[in-house]
Amino acid sequence: MELTQTNRLTPGPRVSAPRGAYRALAPRAQARASAPETRALGLGWLSVGLGLAQLIAPRQVAQLIGVDDDERTCLGMRAIGLRELVCGIGLLSETRPATWAWARVAGDVMDLALLGYAWKGDPPSAERALSVAGSVVGVTLLDVQAAYALARDGVAPLAHGVRVRHGITLERSPDEVYAFFRRLENLPSFMYHLQSVTESGDRSRWKAKGPAGISVEWEAELVEDRLGQCIAWRSLPGADIGNRGRVDFRPGPGGRGTELIVELSYDPPAGAVGAKLAQLFGREPSQEISADLRRLKQVLETGEVIQSDASIHRGLHPARPSALSAQVSERKVTR
Amino acid sequence: MKANCWIGKQHVRVEDVPDPQILNRRDAIIRVTSTAICGSDLHLYNGLVPSMEKGDVLGHEFMGEVMEIGPDVKNLRVGERVVVPFPIACGACRACKDENFALCENSNPNAWMAEKLWGHSPAGLFGYSHLLGGFAGGQAEFVRVPYADTGPLKVPDGLSDEQVLFLSDILPTGYMGAEMCDIEPGDVVAVWGAGPVGQFAMKSARLLGAERVIAIDRFPYRLNMALEHGGATEVIDYEQVDVYEALLSMTAGRGPDACIDAVGLESHTHGPLYALDRAKQIARLQPDRPLALRQAIRCCGNGGVVSVIGVYGGLIDNFPMGAVVNRGLTIRAGQCHVHRYMKPLLERIERGELDPSFVVTHRLPLAEAARGFEMFMNKHDHCEKVVLKAA
Repeated sequence: MELTQTNRLTPGPRVSAPRGAYRALAPRAQARASAPETRALGLGWLSVGLGLAQLIAPRQVAQLIGVDDDERTCLGMRAIGLRELVCGIGLLSETRPATWAWARVAGDVMDLALLGYAWKGDPPSAERALSVAGSVVGVTLLDVQAAYALARDGVAPLAHGVRVRHGITLERSPDEVYAFFRRLENLPSFMYHLQSVTESGDRSRWKAKGPAGISVEWEAELVEDRLGQCIAWRSLPGADIGNRGRVDFRPGPGGRGTELIVELSYDPPAGAVGAKLAQLFGREPSQEISADLRRLKQVLETGEVIQSDASIHRGLHPARPSALSAQVSERKVTR
Repeated sequence: MKANCWIGKQHVRVEDVPDPQILNRRDAIIRVTSTAICGSDLHLYNGLVPSMEKGDVLGHEFMGEVMEIGPDVKNLRVGERVVVPFPIACGACRACKDENFALCENSNPNAWMAEKLWGHSPAGLFGYSHLLGGFAGGQAEFVRVPYADTGPLKVPDGLSDEQVLFLSDILPTGYMGAEMCDIEPGDVVAVWGAGPVGQFAMKSARLLGAERVIAIDRFPYRLNMALEHGGATEVIDYEQVDVYEALLSMTAGRGPDACIDAVGLESHTHGPLYALDRAKQIARLQPDRPLALRQAIRCCGNGGVVSVIGVYGGLIDNFPMGAVVNRGLTIRAGQCHVHRYMKPLLERIERGELDPSFVVTHRLPLAEAARGFEMFMNKHDHCEKVVLKAA
């Protein structure tokens, strides 16, 4: 069982919680596992900020660090700003962070050389020179340290994954709910971002709509399958978006049908930045899952997903009968 | 088809819109014969309910003839005459099995919106905002009814539309308001609001054995109706007397055993607190104006029940929780679980114990819906209840 890997994401509590205390999923920020990676992200944002300042206000930056603010310097300053921006985005994308950290080290060395060159002609006050050069040297040391640490640790897979947990109570027995869910082909009938799931043996092929309508695919394998109790799967190497999921089915108290708890995690493309962007353009993943579960409940309890005059369009629309309604997805539900 | 559409604040218009179609297997299409304007439609009319969209078809009190049924509707046949309950309920979830139909867990496709506002979502309703599903309503020539195998009640031909139309909402709502009071012999029940729901709450309180029923309103014609038809034994015009003082003296200091708020979020009274509440509502600082509710809590006798059937949508200020706790009051509330009450109430109508048609003061063709709203809103021409004839 690979769930140890997901557990790794939950930071150990400093004081042990009482037994039975509800533990929320680790929020994304806490899910960042290692200190070097956190530092790398910090350096990334520093790069972005600095780069933007140099691109937008080169003259002011030049004045601040005590170099000439003529046209030539400003042009050079902009070029350096562009370099910073690229490095920053590279670090924030969390792909090959060590390389980007080393690129920052090279940039720092270049900056020190340029500073020396600029100050040779027109030296600033000793105080200012010391503080500016001191800052650059300090940042250089941080960069070297981060680059070493990142190169040593390698890139931790799923370290920044988006995780969602949700539950719903259904008026059906755990066996019935399990049986419906276990036929993975059924999933797209209520998980609207999925286009298809096809099963062959222990493996399954998933097709989904990613952010901005991009189609993504992956192969997954079952890692746990207990009749009427639990299903867990994870994507195989080579997936467009690495992900894993787990669904637990347990009888509700006092004959309240089934309590279904689902946990999903996935690696958004381009790491933290990608996750933020996906959120901006799409819906919150936790809201998406909650809507999926509600549709699952509708399918299992009433036979199909309910439509209203407003729901058959995307977004808010007047609740008037629509001429388009005839085309409403006759979403086939296999039961 | 023609349908009465919400256009904006205090603006409705009958427009030509496409006919409804079967979208789910358990749908039916009803040809509407009679439909009514509800007091709660006025909250939409006044723009106090969020998530209304220009063009939304209004109306949640309607009845008519089955035109078309989906493949999974086995209990209805084309041509049958039905009354449709205003909450949309699947009949299969836990809430429906417990007969809490207005809390159906499956019928609101926009449940996430309601969850944001209220924490959890209730059932979807006809013609009552996107928050509650975005379902086109019944102030129209035709309407799509989801879960048609659960909701619509067949009605005998011997009864007129006006005798059975109110089974869709206001009669069961008033009845539930009285039922929640746990009325015992000797009980005095005070009812705030002598609109149609208030009238039916009074009538029901008497049917359920209340000794005395006191109606509270500011329109003499409504108070007269309460005395003549609604079953009220006494009335209070709150523009003439102080309600608290009056109730104290009418009950020899005990206060009513139960108080029913059949007013909701747009209550009126006078005084600085009213002005403040009104201003806050206009400024969107307080969505609901709870004057009747506050007064009902203050007046209710120790250990009594405050039954809230008037509609509230959001937050209220200055809620007298101290009175509730220290005097052991019980507050009960809810949108009516109409399905639960339709059949027994229809039987009472058939037996002649109840004739809800007494509330109807105006009958208009659907095309004049806008005039109906204006008249009902401003209480012109002693307006109590407007029925729109769609066919």
